[in-house]
Amino acid sequence: MNGWAAKLRRIRALTVKETRQILRDPSSIAIGVVFPLMMILLFGYGLSLDVTRVSVAVIDEDASSDSSSLIGAFQLSPYFRVTLVHSMAEANALVRSRKVDGALLIPSDFTRRWHLGEGEIQVLVDGTDPNQARIMQGYAQGPIAQWGATHAGPGASPAAGPVVIVDRLWFNESNDSHYFLVPGLIVLVMTIIGAFLTAMVIAREWERGTLEALFVTPMRAGEFLLSKLIPYFGLGMIGFLLCLAAGEFLFHVPLRGSLLLLFLASMVYLLVALGVGLLVSTLVKSQFLASQLAMTLTFLPAMMLSGFLYDLRSMPVFIQGITYALPARYAVTLMQTIYLAGDVPGVIWPNLAILAAMGAALLAWTRIATRKRLS
Amino acid sequence: MSPSLLRILALVRKEFLAVLKDPRSRFIIFLPPILQCLIFGYAASFDLNSVAYVVLDQDHSTASADLLSRLDGSGIFKRQADLARVGDIAAWIDSSRAILAIRIDQDFERRLLVGEAAGVQVIADGRNSNTAGTALGYFGIVVDDFNTSWRATHNQAAPPIRIVSRSWYNPNLDSRWNMIPSLVGTLTMMGTLMLTALSVAREREQGTFDQLLVTPFRPSEIMVGKAVPNMIIGLTQATTILLIAQFWFKIPFVGSFVVLYAGLGLFLMAAVGLGLFVSSIAKTMQQAMLYAFLLVMPFALLSGLTTPISSMPEFLQSVMVINPLRYALDLTKRVYLEDAGFAQLISDFLPLTIIGLVTLSGAAWLFSRRLT
Repeated sequence: MNGWAAKLRRIRALTVKETRQILRDPSSIAIGVVFPLMMILLFGYGLSLDVTRVSVAVIDEDASSDSSSLIGAFQLSPYFRVTLVHSMAEANALVRSRKVDGALLIPSDFTRRWHLGEGEIQVLVDGTDPNQARIMQGYAQGPIAQWGATHAGPGASPAAGPVVIVDRLWFNESNDSHYFLVPGLIVLVMTIIGAFLTAMVIAREWERGTLEALFVTPMRAGEFLLSKLIPYFGLGMIGFLLCLAAGEFLFHVPLRGSLLLLFLASMVYLLVALGVGLLVSTLVKSQFLASQLAMTLTFLPAMMLSGFLYDLRSMPVFIQGITYALPARYAVTLMQTIYLAGDVPGVIWPNLAILAAMGAALLAWTRIATRKRLS
Repeated sequence: MSPSLLRILALVRKEFLAVLKDPRSRFIIFLPPILQCLIFGYAASFDLNSVAYVVLDQDHSTASADLLSRLDGSGIFKRQADLARVGDIAAWIDSSRAILAIRIDQDFERRLLVGEAAGVQVIADGRNSNTAGTALGYFGIVVDDFNTSWRATHNQAAPPIRIVSRSWYNPNLDSRWNMIPSLVGTLTMMGTLMLTALSVAREREQGTFDQLLVTPFRPSEIMVGKAVPNMIIGLTQATTILLIAQFWFKIPFVGSFVVLYAGLGLFLMAAVGLGLFVSSIAKTMQQAMLYAFLLVMPFALLSGLTTPISSMPEFLQSVMVINPLRYALDLTKRVYLEDAGFAQLISDFLPLTIIGLVTLSGAAWLFSRRLT
């Protein structure tokens, strides 16, 4: 009984010391509070995959009333800003100097061929940003179809094809990209606070020799780790709450699953992230190496290989294999499902179980690696 | 050789020794950029090469079978199951086993034959609405294809205008051609900025910085001694990624290496300047690391790497004027893919030069102020 009381007292004392260290270092606060806020604002307002307005150079070789009304359709479209040029070389020069994003060529025989039912126009896009180029190709269909509908040529069929697609986007009817950015954001924020910050914590004590000072006290390795875990866990949950509030009040992302499960999933993932950070810190014992390793192992994969931005199923098989070893993958699946699809047991329990197992393994490994030993 | 130059050379040598002598540190400087370039080169793509779908075909006609065989023949659409009931769709989408669910009503072929529009319902998993949008786009292409051949075989007129699309500088619109040249700047900035910030902070924390101060080195010499090795390391990283781009991913380099390296040199000067700037504010390694991270993060996210700068709000666009990475990305891609020359790239070279000079002189000023 007395032993337990002493144990608790030691943990409390060290936790208080660690918390003070966090509170007194402006950089910890910056990462715990400023970083989540910054990410929320960046992802909420800065990043957008929608191309708002495409500027296009139009070369009208036909110069007929038909071609000018077609150009009119582009000028009226809210998606295009039209610049008239005289030659393809001129259009290309504008693309190269980034004055326009692409070009539209109406060939000299456009009217003649259109009356034969085989009108043709060329859309030329700048492929250096393929995503934007593809969106522009899609946008170009609009004014052309519209023009085609009002200028029904000889023997033309209705603008719509025989088969029309009626699509519905489940879980995100209004196609709002915040819906998938906010759940991903929670994972990113917890990764940074959990792994990045803690990666330096134990390494710092090694570098400064304060860990050796602790060795001569009755402090046990497990108690030492707990005292490191508790304050950073608290900091991580603050980040989580900030993201949660932003999702609710700023971006109005619906939470279709239960809040309880969301909390549970976040806490489990936070423990995994803390486990990675503490383990790295314990193993390399150097702040420089630990920070670089944490960056490579946690943040970048959480961004690129978690299914947050890029679709996992389209990656080559060996990369998909790597993603199975990354906790962020399971966390992103969990968050997106709990937020947007609801409590789907077939998705939630397996992913949560894997995360819990990873967390337990990482923390156990850290506990074993933390020996009271001088190197 | 002037004594100042000799002193700087000695510092450069010492700096290289400090970074490269430890095998773990060598490893952490060169291996991650290579791995990241390879992994992200394969992973970071908005293209889909596999779309899992389920189908509920209530028509069971030749027309519906034709449409589905076109899907399966596309090589992208992977049919997971043929469903019998509408109620089965939810289970497939909810559990993410299918991105699309396609439903063909029983009057599909009848309506096609009488020349009415026949609807195909598609339900997409919007958890990642970007992926869903791309998958729907691909489905649209297959349907367009089907429509064209249906019109041709059933004597219906073709649509009035055909759109022929071509793309400059990246004929197949391969997103890798965009991503990998962009990684040259992104990965080297992350590496160099942090390395620089940490190398000064480490000396401070370990007390060796004070030892440097009692030597005959002038503050400006110490700065140059810190800047040059990190720029060289950054250039080596950039070269490694460029080699991977050309020889592993086989993306043809059409530009001039002189222009590219002139640009990268200026960019690294700006990155090192920012690193020194951070290290002159930070008191400990942890602070240096975290501040550097807080600086690099928005620069990387708002550089045009993942989303176009032109779609950002005006306010952010004007703040990002100070972001060296956006100029470096633009410059690298345009030299790499378009063979742009100095004249066309003046809008990148000029800001990079200014940012480099301002950050380096700003850091120098902060340094000397802290030292005296």
